[in-house]
Amino acid sequence: MLAKTGIPTPDDLSSKLPSEERLQQGPVAIVECFTPIPCDPCYHSCPFKAFQVFQDINDLPVLDFTKCTGCGACIAHCPGLAIFVVDYTYQPDRGLIKIPYEFLPLPVAGTEVITLNRSGEEIGQGSVVRVQNPLSFDKTAVVWVAVPLTEVMAVRHIKVGVGPDER
Amino acid sequence: MRIKEHPVLEFKRGKMIKFNYNGRELTAYEGETVAAALHAAGIKTLRKSTEFQRHRGLFCAIGNCSSCMMEVNGVPNVKTCLTRVTEGMVVAEQRGKGDLGALY
Amino acid sequence: MVLYTDLLVVGGGPAGMAAVLQAADSGLSVILLERYDQLGGQLVKQTHRFFGSKDEQAGTRGNVIARAMEEELEQLDNVTVLLEATALGYYEDNILLVSAQHSLKKIKAERIIVATGAAEKMLTFPNNDLPGIYGAGAVQTLMNLDGVVPGRRVVMVGAGNIGLIVSYQLLQAGVEVVAVVEAARQIGGYLVHAAKISRTGVPIYTGQTIKRAYGNGEVEGVELWQLDHNWQGIPGSERSLAVDTICLAVGLRPLTDILVQAGCQMAYVPQLGGDVPLRDDNLKTSNHRFYVAGDAAGVEEATAAILEGELAGLSAILELGAKEGQSLEVKKRTVKKKLDKLRKGPVGEKIRAGLLKVRRDGNAGKDRYSHTG
Repeated sequence: MLAKTGIPTPDDLSSKLPSEERLQQGPVAIVECFTPIPCDPCYHSCPFKAFQVFQDINDLPVLDFTKCTGCGACIAHCPGLAIFVVDYTYQPDRGLIKIPYEFLPLPVAGTEVITLNRSGEEIGQGSVVRVQNPLSFDKTAVVWVAVPLTEVMAVRHIKVGVGPDER
Repeated sequence: MRIKEHPVLEFKRGKMIKFNYNGRELTAYEGETVAAALHAAGIKTLRKSTEFQRHRGLFCAIGNCSSCMMEVNGVPNVKTCLTRVTEGMVVAEQRGKGDLGALY
Repeated sequence: MVLYTDLLVVGGGPAGMAAVLQAADSGLSVILLERYDQLGGQLVKQTHRFFGSKDEQAGTRGNVIARAMEEELEQLDNVTVLLEATALGYYEDNILLVSAQHSLKKIKAERIIVATGAAEKMLTFPNNDLPGIYGAGAVQTLMNLDGVVPGRRVVMVGAGNIGLIVSYQLLQAGVEVVAVVEAARQIGGYLVHAAKISRTGVPIYTGQTIKRAYGNGEVEGVELWQLDHNWQGIPGSERSLAVDTICLAVGLRPLTDILVQAGCQMAYVPQLGGDVPLRDDNLKTSNHRFYVAGDAAGVEEATAAILEGELAGLSAILELGAKEGQSLEVKKRTVKKKLDKLRKGPVGEKIRAGLLKVRRDGNAGKDRYSHTG
């Protein structure tokens, strides 16, 4: 249960996910923000105005999946690091996840990392496609990781520099 | 233990200096607190309680709690969490409540 | 010799700095006291991005906000900042005695804003005095100001926002967090903070607490146990974790000693962290010279502290006849609205309940500690 463990269950997540149809159309943001807190930087960070206008600062963010392009501009601006972009159309057999990452060392594009789920359990391996870390992100890097399609909704964190060869 | 690299912060450390702790020579970065310099050297016990000689360490680090008091340059009851370490500073574990008589 | 000033602000954290900044173009003389040798209070140690709305710099890291406020403050020539200055006592003839860089000063001010913040609460368990047991604020100070980690393996006690945030900061500093333990049945902090540490593999145990710490002279481990519904430990549920550090994030207590000395009517309000002064909607206490702002008024968070500092600052300088009074009145109303908006949601429920008990028009806490009647 989310409030006991901090780990969202499939039930918690179901209301946050776009339709299967939308997922198959290309990259889209998943906002894993479950309880109302006074916070709205996601709304202001979106260049496409895809977040519904906040009537109250404590509103939960509501994302219009038809307007969201999956650009990921919101990822590094979310104080809760709760936004991820998923792309089921990246490759025929692999999807792409964009993950906020604030640890060292930063991964390097072209290398493999261990992928972890929301409980921190190791799932498998992913390939780092790109690492975005511009000044405007203020030290919240966004790491693009390619993983098997079946793992796109599960992987939410990575472990760097401890690949199987080094263990 | 010191943090070498941090994903968010940069530590602007001063020059390396030497100070004395209970007769031992230790190194520190100029400008860090005495308590931090001792922690970096692996020293967590800063004094002992006056009655039962229980070990005492850093607790609040902002000058509220008095758990970190030591004798610094001969002055007892100095809060080492607020005091910056300097070259040649003499830091010692304090015995008892400290005697201010010699100073005032 | 006595120093005279229009406005004295005690505490150079977010609330105190925000209060002083309101006096920028007021033409009034201001003294700001700070016990540490730099401004910023706990804000300089907050490496995470702030919540709140865009107007209150949400999305910006706390340490960045602190630096910006400090830079703005340095530009003001009507403000004297006294660092390493501790307020020692308040006397009947309106003298505040201050130890500033080891010399004593007497200060007389027309208005005083107390923005002294809060102190870490302690938890009672055997061996809770062992070195290696820290308040969460101490761990933040050690890590984020001095760049020194407290140990190698940590257990965090408390899953409120501070416990969750400091756990994350420990992970960022390369320290292993073995577990976060929370006595309540649910996580108290924002669930997004909990999710950040859960996905790194740190377990959060609710309904559990520390039974005792153990170690020969320093912490070597901790024994946890489960709690029943009356908050009593359940024998047989104990388990040990080998850790060298125990971090306590079990709440904060407002630092209100000066206000008590000044005879302000106080009330014990658990929702606000302890004894706090009654105040009106401008944050003025029952002593007409004294205002309160930030955690000293009730433990909340930094965005609220900044807004309260602004409100107390504006109210005090308006009373003192600052220039441009009308535009300041407008600003004051805006700040009040922002505070209301911030506290409106479910996470503000506790604060709202607490604030009902400290209104000066109410009867709460009347006569408690009151020396002036």
